[in-house]
Amino acid sequence: MPKSRSTPKLTRRTALAGLSASAAMLAMPRLGRAADETIRIGFPTPLTGPFAAEARDQVKCAELAVKLVNDKGGIGGRKVELLVRDDKLNAGEAATRTLELIEKDKVHAVVGALSSAVQLAVNEVTRARGVIYVSISQSDTINEAKDFSKYTFHEALNPHMTTSAVARQTLKKGMKVAHLVADYAYGHEMLRGFKRAQAAIGADNVGEILHPFGAADYSTFMPRLMSMRPDVLCISNFGRDQANAIKQAVDFGVKQQMKIVVPVILHNQRLAVGPDVFEGVVGGANYYWGLETQNKTAADFNAAFKAANGGAIPTDYGAYGYSGVGSLLAAMQTAGGTETDKVVDALEKLQYDLTKGPQHFRKCDHQSVQSVLVLESKKKSAMATDNDLFAIVANDSGSDEMLRSCSELGHAT
Amino acid sequence: MDLSLIIMQLLSGIALGAVLVITALGLTIVFGMLGVVNFAHGALFMIGAYAGLYVASLTGSFWWGLLLAPILIGVFGMLIEFVLIRRLYGRSIDDPLLLTFGLSYILVEGVRIVFGSDGIPFPTPPQLVGVLDLGIGFFPRYRLFVIALVAVVLLVLWLTLEKTRIGLIVRAGARDPVIMQVLGVDIGRVWLAIFGLGVGLAALGGVLAGPMRSVNPEMGSLVLAEAFVVTVIGGLGSIVGAVVAGLMVGVSISLVALFAPEMATIVMFALMAVVLLIRPQGLFGVRGRTA
Repeated sequence: MPKSRSTPKLTRRTALAGLSASAAMLAMPRLGRAADETIRIGFPTPLTGPFAAEARDQVKCAELAVKLVNDKGGIGGRKVELLVRDDKLNAGEAATRTLELIEKDKVHAVVGALSSAVQLAVNEVTRARGVIYVSISQSDTINEAKDFSKYTFHEALNPHMTTSAVARQTLKKGMKVAHLVADYAYGHEMLRGFKRAQAAIGADNVGEILHPFGAADYSTFMPRLMSMRPDVLCISNFGRDQANAIKQAVDFGVKQQMKIVVPVILHNQRLAVGPDVFEGVVGGANYYWGLETQNKTAADFNAAFKAANGGAIPTDYGAYGYSGVGSLLAAMQTAGGTETDKVVDALEKLQYDLTKGPQHFRKCDHQSVQSVLVLESKKKSAMATDNDLFAIVANDSGSDEMLRSCSELGHAT
Repeated sequence: MDLSLIIMQLLSGIALGAVLVITALGLTIVFGMLGVVNFAHGALFMIGAYAGLYVASLTGSFWWGLLLAPILIGVFGMLIEFVLIRRLYGRSIDDPLLLTFGLSYILVEGVRIVFGSDGIPFPTPPQLVGVLDLGIGFFPRYRLFVIALVAVVLLVLWLTLEKTRIGLIVRAGARDPVIMQVLGVDIGRVWLAIFGLGVGLAALGGVLAGPMRSVNPEMGSLVLAEAFVVTVIGGLGSIVGAVVAGLMVGVSISLVALFAPEMATIVMFALMAVVLLIRPQGLFGVRGRTA
């Protein structure tokens, strides 16, 4: 705001603006006063494209987190506003939108992004401008020293956490394991995680097939995968690739010969291909609504989401939107405002429990230490309701042991 | 490398090629006879899958979906020709191209509004679930059915075009529409039918692909690219070309997947580049054709 101003002239436009502002002030006297100090959170996410379903859940949950804070009077009397932008799953688009959010909309922090490349682009922009960024993408390249900054936080699980939790439940010493992997960062990271876990367990690798990202047909990989005769097939890809690959593997009778395992089992993709296809598939997850029977926080989160969304249940990726925004707002609450250094400090010290149990950010790389679920897709006859998709095989509580060490990521220890 | 694996791989390639053939066929027929480059072909493929799913869920049978969806969408295609594309005949080739390009966006967005942007399950018909033991390996029954059905459709199409009076009119209309009009044939009706046929084939491809892939509003975009590659390799407008090129692309993808799986998508474009260098008009195309 410029401090000195010449005597304002009353034009029709300013008069109108003034009128509507005073109308707003009459309607919401407490919030209207603080309009200038609204806390703005930027939220880039791929609303269009193959991850649109996951992105929409993220937005709903992020909005819920904001609403709950505003209902309680905001942060230090300041209202919170979420500015959602479509990154179109494109790194360039995401960088432009993030830059706009920072320069034009003057956001106080950014939360969001789903794909690994987009996350890197957003981080690049926020890091250069000293703006806090809480990533909710399941790739953790931004936690490695070369891309990390003190403004960078990673709320989502990372490949190492999910693959080791899944491997512990599904692999045994001497088992033969084959991999079908999407040929891009996400797939490579998951493959690396699985291979590390299987080496620790003593399972044998019998082959890896890399498939092009976004392929519609996987039939041509199946005869070779079958000929490797593995006990377990790990399919490391995301979104629709997961649905298509599993569906076609099942068509080829893969499940009669081996178990299908995925690093991250996706709620929406299970819905997209149905129970028969996914039956018996095991995968990791950050969240599943069915946790409510064993966890009070999950029950509260489900109830709040249901109340705000006409009885719908929150999904895995939705929960990221909630905890990503929620943890940031909690830290702002502690910091008493939006001053970046104070909020960073508060985030580093924060102990939070928003969706599924205690979480905190590890000091060296700002990775959120949290529980990992391992889920198994239920068969149709075992489903109590349409939403009863998975059985919880394991719920590993969070610990630093789950993560790669700080020094391995290149951080000074 | 074991021989039975290579045979299985060839079979996967043929099944993959069969879907490519059926989608490329519609594209090439419409281009060959009408000179229209139909950019909405992929979207109509997708609409076909949704229509098949819709009819199947109404009637409780996949077979009704398979039969009715191509007819319904074919009629819808005729409507598109009659209302929109007809006005653009005789103008630059870009005009229908732009029109159908815009149309594809409308169709995709329309489906998003009606059915949502999430994928929808399309169950395999119960009679074709599971695998068949071929002695050398297992192969999905449904994919064998797809190969057989595509073969039948091709045979019927070929017989109609080559052996019937309608086929004669269609072939003649493609070669010289003016003379046909002079001879008293209502060429407008022929064009209407051809466009409907092309769109119907796209829809058939969509219904056939439904049980193999997840059905979602974007499923047509990749198919459009593949269908174009196949038509370019085979020669724009050539039916034999579409069939040969479709199978060739399917088998190449499959064999490359065996040795260098990450190259599986690129091989199709590499094949196209090689063909264009050696035979710019495509394998069975006619040189210098501009419709």
